[in-house]
Amino acid sequence: MAGHETGKQEGFVMKFIIAIIKPFKLDEVREALSGIGVAGMTVSEVKGFGRQKGQTEIYRGAEYSTNMLPKVKLEIAATDAVAPQVVETIQQVASTDSIGDGKIFVLDLASATRIRTGESGDTAL
Amino acid sequence: MIRKLICGTGALGASMFAATAAFAQEAAEAVTEAAPAVANPGNNAWMMTATILVLLMILPGLALFYGGLTRSKNMLSTLTQVGGAACLAMLIWVIWGYSTAFGPEGNAFFSWGNLFLAATTPDSTAATFSDEVISEYVFISFQMTFAAITAALVLGATVERIKFSAAMLFTAIWLTIVYFPIAHMVWAGGGLLFEMGALDFAGGTVVHINAGVSALVLCMFLGKRQGYPSEPMPPHSLTLTLVGAGLLWVGWFGFNAGSELEADGIAGLAMINTFVATAAAALTWMVMERLAGHKASALGFASGIIAGLVAVTPAAGNSGPLGAIVLGIVASAIAYWAVAKLKPKLGYDDALDVFGIHGVAGIVGAIGTGIVYSPALGGPGGDDFVMSEQVVTQIIAVAVAIGWAAVGSAIAAVIVKTLIGLRVSPEIESDGLDIGEHGERAYN
Repeated sequence: MAGHETGKQEGFVMKFIIAIIKPFKLDEVREALSGIGVAGMTVSEVKGFGRQKGQTEIYRGAEYSTNMLPKVKLEIAATDAVAPQVVETIQQVASTDSIGDGKIFVLDLASATRIRTGESGDTAL
Repeated sequence: MIRKLICGTGALGASMFAATAAFAQEAAEAVTEAAPAVANPGNNAWMMTATILVLLMILPGLALFYGGLTRSKNMLSTLTQVGGAACLAMLIWVIWGYSTAFGPEGNAFFSWGNLFLAATTPDSTAATFSDEVISEYVFISFQMTFAAITAALVLGATVERIKFSAAMLFTAIWLTIVYFPIAHMVWAGGGLLFEMGALDFAGGTVVHINAGVSALVLCMFLGKRQGYPSEPMPPHSLTLTLVGAGLLWVGWFGFNAGSELEADGIAGLAMINTFVATAAAALTWMVMERLAGHKASALGFASGIIAGLVAVTPAAGNSGPLGAIVLGIVASAIAYWAVAKLKPKLGYDDALDVFGIHGVAGIVGAIGTGIVYSPALGGPGGDDFVMSEQVVTQIIAVAVAIGWAAVGSAIAAVIVKTLIGLRVSPEIESDGLDIGEHGERAYN
């Protein structure tokens, strides 16, 4: 488990992956990630905007444009070894080739602790 | 068609209202010599059912229809105002309302002589349009629900900013100087528009034009909501609005078919018309949305249902089914234009479009009734029916109702504004009337 990009030994051997995807892609992405051995994730419903414009709502002729669109946010902690595969899987499965498909962010993860046992490091994932 | 009231009991048998239906030359006096009429249990049972159906229109129908259209912070205040106004109307109805609209003595504008229903007993009867009678208490209850729903309808224009106390006081004054006289003028024997032969089967003029115009006047006295129209104010639950619209439609069969006062063929005609005019109007509203370049919407569907129900109200027993369909289509298209185009142009804040839907579709329905009544169009008019004359009569009735409702509502609004004020404080308006006026939240 030598450090790769970071080049440092003392800490970051794990990645924290944040993916913003279209809500209807959630099940597909979750299944694909299970397939490559991802054991857990946190999912939340979020709103935001990027290149995709908002949508227009009309109530009895009164138009409101909402500039925030509903998306799903996945948060996944993974070992350095698995992380590129996770990113690739999400990118491929969540893509519809249109704007608004979302983004994937990868952060260095300093530590992880399993609350039940107190294990830490990548064994806690 | 027109209601007429005959006190059939011994003590009051003499003080009868000799009222005639619009074009029938029947001699109502003939009834006086007969033994006291006894109510037909079948008709009584239907009218009791119809009465409860109108209550269903108010609570929960209208309350949910309106409530879903408001923002979530004003949900409970909307439900409470609808319910509160309806309850107040019920009490006022038995104290002086029925007497003022359908009392044993009266002139062209109002009546008197039955305060606290003192002159009514379980044996009292009210005449229907044939030689039948129904129990007067049933007739009073049925008419009571009409007063209650009309009072509640008005408050749709003023939600999200009117004080609860102001809504209650306005309701009491408005019923007295606007609703009871108009109901008397249109429906009671001796009433101004009744004697002119205006056709209003179930209350297009009395209920819908009246409520729509009064709502417009009151919302102008009240002023716009904070942030209107620049801030988005989308409905908080169109689901509940659709539930309410469905309950209104179901209840409306009591309103329209019940207005025949008997379970007969004309009630059946009113029933079929209440189906088809509404169905046509619901689809028409969505077509109008598409023609305007938008998507066919659920709120458009619900709005079309209401526009159709309103339009067919004066025509329910006065039109053939085909005439009712045409009336529903025309009324829905014009109401769509009033709500989506006219209101933004004029800039008034009729929050839930009481004028745009009830007022406008009511006017179309009331005038259109003078057309679809024609036997040439499948209506029930007699051979001596002259469409042009009837349409003129209808227009005069509509004009009288508009004028009376506008002036009376303005007087009521000024009185309330002077005595206790109309609006909640800006803080309460921004926090929402649920917490500010009632101390609770709809959703926790």
